Amino acid sequence: MTYGLPLEWIVAVRFLYEGRLQTLFIVVGVSIGVGVIVFMSAMLAGLESNILKRVLTTQAQIQVIAPDQVARILRDPAREIEDATVQRPSQRLALIDQWQSIVRLLRDEPNITFVSPTISGSVLAIRGEASRSITLVGIEPDTYFRIVKIPDYVVAGHPRLTSDSILIGIELARELGARVGDKINITSANDGQRVLTIIGLLDFGNKSANQRSTYVALRTAQSVMGMIGGVTSLDVSLHDIYAAEDMAQTIMASHRVVAESWIKTNAQFFSAIQAQKATNTLIRLFVGLSVAFGIAAVLVVSVIQRSKEIGILRAMGTTRGQIIRLFLLQGGLLGFAGSLVGAVLGAGGLVYWHSVARQSDGGELFPLVLEQQLFVYTAVLATLTGLLAAMAPALRAAKLDPVVAIRG
Amino acid sequence: MADHLLRLERIGKVYHAGEPSQAEVLHAIDLTLEAGEFVAIMGPSGSGKSTLLNIIGLLDRPSSGKLFIQGQDTGQLDDAALTRLRGESIGFVFQYHHLIAAFTALENVMLPMVVDRGFPDLTCEARARDLIDRVGLTKVADHPATDMSGGQQQRVALARALVMTPQIVLADEPTGNLDSKSADDVFALMREVNTKSRTCFIIVTHNRSLAERCDRIIEVVDGHIRNT
Repeated sequence: MTYGLPLEWIVAVRFLYEGRLQTLFIVVGVSIGVGVIVFMSAMLAGLESNILKRVLTTQAQIQVIAPDQVARILRDPAREIEDATVQRPSQRLALIDQWQSIVRLLRDEPNITFVSPTISGSVLAIRGEASRSITLVGIEPDTYFRIVKIPDYVVAGHPRLTSDSILIGIELARELGARVGDKINITSANDGQRVLTIIGLLDFGNKSANQRSTYVALRTAQSVMGMIGGVTSLDVSLHDIYAAEDMAQTIMASHRVVAESWIKTNAQFFSAIQAQKATNTLIRLFVGLSVAFGIAAVLVVSVIQRSKEIGILRAMGTTRGQIIRLFLLQGGLLGFAGSLVGAVLGAGGLVYWHSVARQSDGGELFPLVLEQQLFVYTAVLATLTGLLAAMAPALRAAKLDPVVAIRG
Repeated sequence: MADHLLRLERIGKVYHAGEPSQAEVLHAIDLTLEAGEFVAIMGPSGSGKSTLLNIIGLLDRPSSGKLFIQGQDTGQLDDAALTRLRGESIGFVFQYHHLIAAFTALENVMLPMVVDRGFPDLTCEARARDLIDRVGLTKVADHPATDMSGGQQQRVALARALVMTPQIVLADEPTGNLDSKSADDVFALMREVNTKSRTCFIIVTHNRSLAERCDRIIEVVDGHIRNT
């Protein structure tokens, strides 16, 4: 016996060791359960962060644009209008009114990290005989790159934009037969024209984006589109990305603009994340329940098998409280041991899966996210589950009448 | 008047009271025992002697009457106090030894002291080793408790019953499962402890010759004490 160790610990460990086959089976059972939880949680966290990263590094968390132009009915005060069909006017490129003052106000909001004015519109990209319709986005690189991580998508050249340079998608470059250093002609619908040098090629992992997306300096785009000093949108990033919708509503309430949050523009994706989280919670709950019932079943059997020993311990002066603690400890120890083995199994499985599962382009399917917090949380949860599962068997053991127990 | 070690006043025990299966096992039993006594309780099966032993051992409560241990009315004690008194004052020896298989012989002997203190220490081990030596099991002290002969296991059980230096040792058929040689050894050991430390031994037995070697025989028949 180890000196100084409480009686309950000594007896609990000895009982578990003596019934080692039983202990081994239940620890394996708990480990599989914990392993599944660790694997699922870490993989989903990785997938979520990957998808979030993809969504949030290619678009702003809030985009502020000018409100739609609406047609109004001219009223004749003398006559009431009985019926009218109001046709929606075609939307011309709308600039944000007083955007400089809106930017100043938004930058003072505590949850807002960056605000970047942009202008975008359709233009023609021409090189030799080839011409393609593209979206030209004029940006202030210093702030815009902090919101949308364009430099991360540069596969050739560099992203340092000047007034006569342009970043284009790799598909567009292929279609125009252009490389980094080549010049292309940009022509807008109102005859604005510039010759720009390609300084970098972008790969967003999406063919359509790679065909249409181009980036130039804000002033260059304003000049090409003939809208000097104007911007079509303000891109906003936040500290708390999940507060985007509330912040969008606040912006709309205080300015004459439309603010669209990434949550709204990616509603489908957002509900997919929520569904994924709900599924994960359900899986954890049911795995947790099966682990709890497994531990409880083993301990109930143990109480029956050890009723004589419990009776003898009671005859020696062991209190009901000590008997309860003895069985709670066994439950807790089974849960804890299972959580340790399970964490190794889950993490090992995840590392293996991460190395095997690849996207079609050979990139990783999800980033490997193994947070220490997840292991601590799982160990605490499994131990608590073990303790709770042991409650009923422990009470049953404590209620045993020593006379009946000894007689068997 | 000095308190008796053990005093039973009109102790009765009824099982399943108020139900059709009601059974009155003990009827108003009066009994007094003193320190140093070596007593045998005899009687046919179902006569109530085991119930009487359980009540004296504070493992069961009487339905009526009072039980005093050293003048203390045990009926006034709650479950926790009763458990404590049982641990401190009473040692048990069972017919089938009932050693705990997860522990060695020495650890089984240490257990009552560990239960009392809450954790093991050097004093517990020293006391247990002393008793293991006294019952002649020095060489097998560290063997698993259930890897021993019946006689050896019963000697371990006796050492375990004595480790807390109880005033009373209750033995239910202590030699009933042993060959005659082992039975004689265990009985001699109990007698030796009784003589040296004035521990009161109460032995339930069917064995008439064993009972006759005790100081006093208490016969229980149909829940009554016939002669003492």
